[in-house]
Amino acid sequence: MSSISLKKVAKSYGRLEVVHGIDLDIAHNEFVVLVGPSGCGKSTTLRMIAGLEEITEGEIHIGDRLVNDLPPRKRNISMVFQNYALYPHMNVRDNLGFGLKIAGQPQEVVDERVREAAAILGISELMDRIPAELSGGQRQRVAMGRAIIRDPEAFLFDEPLSNLDAKLRVQMRTEIKKLHHKVKTTVVYVTHDQVEAMTLADRIVIMKDGHIEQVGTPMEVFNHPVNTFVASFIGSPPMNLVPATVAGGQIVLSDETRMPVPRRLASYTHDGMAVIVGIRPDDMTPVGHGIHDSGETANLSLTVELAELLGTETLIYTRLAGQEVQGKMFDPRDVHEGERLPFRVALDKLHLFDAASGRSVRAT
Amino acid sequence: MNRALKNQIKAAGLWLATFVVMVIMCVPGLWVVLSGFRPNREILAKPPIWIPQDLTLSNFAKIFGFGAEQVAIPVLSYFGNSMVIAITSTLIALSIGMAGGYAFARFRFRFKNSVFLGLMLFRAVPGIALSLPVFMLWSWLGIIDTQLGLIIVYVSLNVPFTIWLIDGFFRQIPISLSEAAQVDGCTRWQAFWKIEFPLARSGVAAAGVFAFLTSWNEFALASQLTRSTDSKTLPVGLMDFTAQFTIDWAGMCAMAVIIIVPALVLTFLVQKHLISGLTFGGVKG
Repeated sequence: MSSISLKKVAKSYGRLEVVHGIDLDIAHNEFVVLVGPSGCGKSTTLRMIAGLEEITEGEIHIGDRLVNDLPPRKRNISMVFQNYALYPHMNVRDNLGFGLKIAGQPQEVVDERVREAAAILGISELMDRIPAELSGGQRQRVAMGRAIIRDPEAFLFDEPLSNLDAKLRVQMRTEIKKLHHKVKTTVVYVTHDQVEAMTLADRIVIMKDGHIEQVGTPMEVFNHPVNTFVASFIGSPPMNLVPATVAGGQIVLSDETRMPVPRRLASYTHDGMAVIVGIRPDDMTPVGHGIHDSGETANLSLTVELAELLGTETLIYTRLAGQEVQGKMFDPRDVHEGERLPFRVALDKLHLFDAASGRSVRAT
Repeated sequence: MNRALKNQIKAAGLWLATFVVMVIMCVPGLWVVLSGFRPNREILAKPPIWIPQDLTLSNFAKIFGFGAEQVAIPVLSYFGNSMVIAITSTLIALSIGMAGGYAFARFRFRFKNSVFLGLMLFRAVPGIALSLPVFMLWSWLGIIDTQLGLIIVYVSLNVPFTIWLIDGFFRQIPISLSEAAQVDGCTRWQAFWKIEFPLARSGVAAAGVFAFLTSWNEFALASQLTRSTDSKTLPVGLMDFTAQFTIDWAGMCAMAVIIIVPALVLTFLVQKHLISGLTFGGVKG
């Protein structure tokens, strides 16, 4: 149980730099999720923390130890791999006890700890099976058992759920969260799935092209994305982003559609400013079918191009200033293609980004 | 009913075909083994005597120097030479093969593909084509007619093959297993011996059998590079049975049996490792 701190950490393969001097402080017992599209450097960062990749530049501390030059076995961390990496020639008992045996623990201690870990993860009845005889979910549990058994300073998870089917993934996600409550330990978790990131994390680290774009609690990154990348990456369906200009306290879209600049953002904008308007589908709802109908709003009239029924809500594909956007109809009624609907945009939930830099106007 | 009959006929046909193929493959070997236990006159009889009338151990007694009749052939020295040379060269070829195979499977280095291709090309050269240069080189070095001389030759013949075979087995083992072991507290060396090696064992065993058999059975180069009981191997020793005017077929066949048996025993012992009983499943699903 320890904090982890990354200072100006960079990784290069030859002349190709894939992680560009990132800084990150992970607190004791914190659950931090690194999320981003493939190739963003999140797995490389995790592997540098684990010691499986050399650190080209910068420093990594686990607890108060500088671990740059320590091999994985001396970092006192444990890791769950994407493909589980269970030892195929050992049964579950030996897989779980392997690390303790290597550390030279007496057999009684190993047996006791294996029993405990198996009980926590509910795999006690699988002890004599080899990995080939286990289902995907069971392998996942054994892999987690192998991680918790050594009581490490930190758990590292490298996309642990990506090989499971959708239903099992949701179930294991909950179990990981519960496990973290049970065995309080620092966790660094890598995923490309923003839903996993939102549901599991104490803090989310959003990465892109080897840079950290934003660090914050799930609510912070959802409600206050610092740029268009974070805005479109976090949240499902993604935020609608439409270019516009500011004129006379109004946001003017390319087809002359107008809505007022929200009061809380007025001081960040000026006339003639090129912006990108960000509206989450949840905040663009047919009148009478929204959850943000009170407060500052703007009215639009839009034509339904496609409706996706999801049960509790209907996703409506429409067009705003020539660009495809999505709105949500809560408490839905039947809608048909070509129907013109009055929409209400919740202005207090609206985001404005600088068109040139893509950064939130509040941040610049 | 009709269908059952058809299936039975089909099965019988397949069985018969298998039997015929096996007969074609096994009869010459069987003939050699049987001849090892028959007197010379029965082997050379015309018309041939198909069913052995007179089985005897006297051929073996003769070459091992027991009994009234003796053949002056130092079988025990030959056997010892063959064992030392085959086992030593196999062990060396296996250790180089494991190191090389692991390196090719796991590491990136300059000219990796060219080196690998070079090894394979070397394998394609028939050993006998190198016999003259090897002979000259060995005579300069003074290792003609030594066990060392043959061991070096066999190691270099076998290494490309062991590297290639073992490389393939290591490639099938996901790197994450070794990484998991290292996170679990192993050094890279421990991770290799505790995790990767046990998983590649069938490949190493297969490479070992092939290397041993190559060295054990090799005749052409050994016949050039050996002279005396210091280094002559069993296959070369077979030639001792040819005199100027006669060939002692019975003795030769008895010695052939002595050559065949260890090879068979080894293959039999190792075969359970060859059948890759190790079903994977430690990774993915």
